[in-house]
Amino acid sequence: MSTVNAHVERHSPLAHHFRDMAQQFDAAKLGIWIFLCTEILMFGGLFVAYIIMHGLYPAMFAEGARWCDWRMGAANTTVLIVSSFFMAAGVHYTQTNQRVKAIQSMILTILLGCVFLVIKYFEWRHKFELGLLPAHFFHYKGAHHANLPMFFSLYFCMTGLHGIHVVVGMCLIAWVTIRSIRGEFNSEYYTAVETVGLFWHLVDIIWIFLFPLLYLVG
Amino acid sequence: MSATATAHTNDNYLNHEKGLWSWLTTLDHKRIGIMYMITVMLFFFIGGIFAMLLRTELIAPGRTIMGPETYNRIMTYHGTIMVFMVIIPGIPAFLGNFVLPLHIGAKDVAFPKLNLVSWYCLIVGALVAFTSLFYNGVDTGWTFYTPYSIRTQTGVTFMVVGAFIMGFSSILTGLNFIVTVHKLRAPGMTFWRMPLFVWGLYSTAIIQVLATPVLAITLLLIACERLLGVGIFDPTLGGDPVLFEHFFWFYSHPAVYIMILPAMGIISEVITAFSHKTIFGYKAIAFSSIGIAAVSFFVWGHHLFVAGQSEVAGIIFSFITMLVGVPTAIKVFNWTATLYKGSIEFKPPMLFALGFLFLFTIGGVTGIMLATIALDVHLHDTYFVVAHFHYVMVGGTLMAIMAGIYYWFPKIFGRMYSQFWARITFVLIFIGFNVTFFPQFILGAMGMPRRYYDYLPAFTALNRISSIGAYTIGLGFLIALGVILQGIFAGEKAPANPWGAKTLEWTTASPPPHDNFAVEPIVTAGPYEYR
Repeated sequence: MSTVNAHVERHSPLAHHFRDMAQQFDAAKLGIWIFLCTEILMFGGLFVAYIIMHGLYPAMFAEGARWCDWRMGAANTTVLIVSSFFMAAGVHYTQTNQRVKAIQSMILTILLGCVFLVIKYFEWRHKFELGLLPAHFFHYKGAHHANLPMFFSLYFCMTGLHGIHVVVGMCLIAWVTIRSIRGEFNSEYYTAVETVGLFWHLVDIIWIFLFPLLYLVG
Repeated sequence: MSATATAHTNDNYLNHEKGLWSWLTTLDHKRIGIMYMITVMLFFFIGGIFAMLLRTELIAPGRTIMGPETYNRIMTYHGTIMVFMVIIPGIPAFLGNFVLPLHIGAKDVAFPKLNLVSWYCLIVGALVAFTSLFYNGVDTGWTFYTPYSIRTQTGVTFMVVGAFIMGFSSILTGLNFIVTVHKLRAPGMTFWRMPLFVWGLYSTAIIQVLATPVLAITLLLIACERLLGVGIFDPTLGGDPVLFEHFFWFYSHPAVYIMILPAMGIISEVITAFSHKTIFGYKAIAFSSIGIAAVSFFVWGHHLFVAGQSEVAGIIFSFITMLVGVPTAIKVFNWTATLYKGSIEFKPPMLFALGFLFLFTIGGVTGIMLATIALDVHLHDTYFVVAHFHYVMVGGTLMAIMAGIYYWFPKIFGRMYSQFWARITFVLIFIGFNVTFFPQFILGAMGMPRRYYDYLPAFTALNRISSIGAYTIGLGFLIALGVILQGIFAGEKAPANPWGAKTLEWTTASPPPHDNFAVEPIVTAGPYEYR
């Protein structure tokens, strides 16, 4: 008996403390927007650190940026923007009950996330091989500027924290894709797809700021 | 005010489900509130023991019971435990969790699962922070100032990562409360009909959500600084240690208002309930909460008056800091005006609320003194500052927590506690508090620096008085623990509304049923319709 109840509860998307689906959806929407604000403030700390340090050592940042290949950065920017497009398409198809297209779009989003990480991996490996790393591990011999390790500290902190967000975002999209395959979403209930989509767009936007700051500053 | 719960069944949230597992996996905001209560009380006990050890060491100059290294560690743990594990979660996550949905006529907070996750964040974060004990402790003080926090051979990394995780607890609670207030109010519960405690929690939540992420990245950078050598805060690698102070206080000054705003909310509830009179200036108090939250983000520089900040910045920060005094004073005046011609009942919650008015005002006015740059240069990093923030944090927040516990106790546990012994706890805590911290104003003005292990023989008498006061506070809180435990296990059964208060939570049974209200309330009037 209890298992039957649990089964029914899991498939009724309206939680007991909400009056109706609209109230539940509004709550989730407000919640994710507040969460995105906290994300922006967290990255904001790193951006402020970047601005202050860049003000102190503009030449050092120019030297560091030469080690960041703008072509790879531009490629990754394109990859993420296209992935955001597919995520938006996934949300749209879910809202309009086109389940197969929605699932295809979200799988494409995940694949593009993988492409981003592969390109990022080659960039990181290149810097690891040269020894362009934060101060405790920095072993590149030809640095002109004494504080060059700081550029790579910021580089790894910012792209690292962003990379974690990419991985988390891909996991979340995989989760809503699986739920979509199970047929849990329709034009009446698509809260999770919508909120995960918003998170993915934020991850994309943060990269759009990281790209010029780290690759084009020289 | 609304349909009273008349279902006289014995089913309430305490016996709705049974067993430890049902508590550890509960999604009921009331039960999560209780779990926070137990956790916070445990941490308060540990932090309190550290406080007693500190005051015992300082009872006489020179070595009394511990060496300077031990002293630094105990001081650090006292600060970090009290700030991150007691005062910040104290009111929002414990009393706020329990009362907020009841206050606005909701069945639960908006995201019950996140609510439970937030409790586990606090527990996991605290465990990680305490792991530092096995890595030579932490001796930086709760502020983790660089470059010392990068250099010291102690467990700073564990402590900052622990505080990072506990930060998520705070963020999730704040996020939950904002959404709950916006989306889950009962029919007819307009913003201007919300109890003032809800306004306090709402303003707090805004700060929790906007300030805590900055602390998160700052603490993460400290950990990275130690592990990788990031260099942003490390002068030997080209970084700027003052930048750390800016980052840290950008969170930690608003955090002070995370501690006091919900406390002010409790005071609004208690003072109006025990004056049996409509609160004076409802909108002014509600707006001043939002005002304090807004201004709180622009005052952090007053911690850096002597840290090499520019004079212009210092003057601006000094001015904005004094501006905080305006909404704060609005509150104090409105509470006082509420008392005027009220039918005042000196029940234990009211005693603590009146104690709050007295002590918090001293804390606030000395804050204005410290905001004055010329005076701050003299008083900076002296015991005057220690006395000032203890008047606000203990004299303000802890007094309000005690008022809140004694006020909502009958609702939470469905039982009464000993009024006589509760009054005794007030007398001991109130007198003990003043005996402990008032001499510290004088010590600070005489030039005794804070955080030092030792002091000049000339300061002995006042330090001795201060330590005796600390033991009195300790005794007061021990008796309070006894009052609470006696009430829970052997108290008389409490009626639904023992105080004759008018807010929604008193219309439902004590303790409330699992779904809070037997029938969803429909609100037709404001929260304080006394006369």
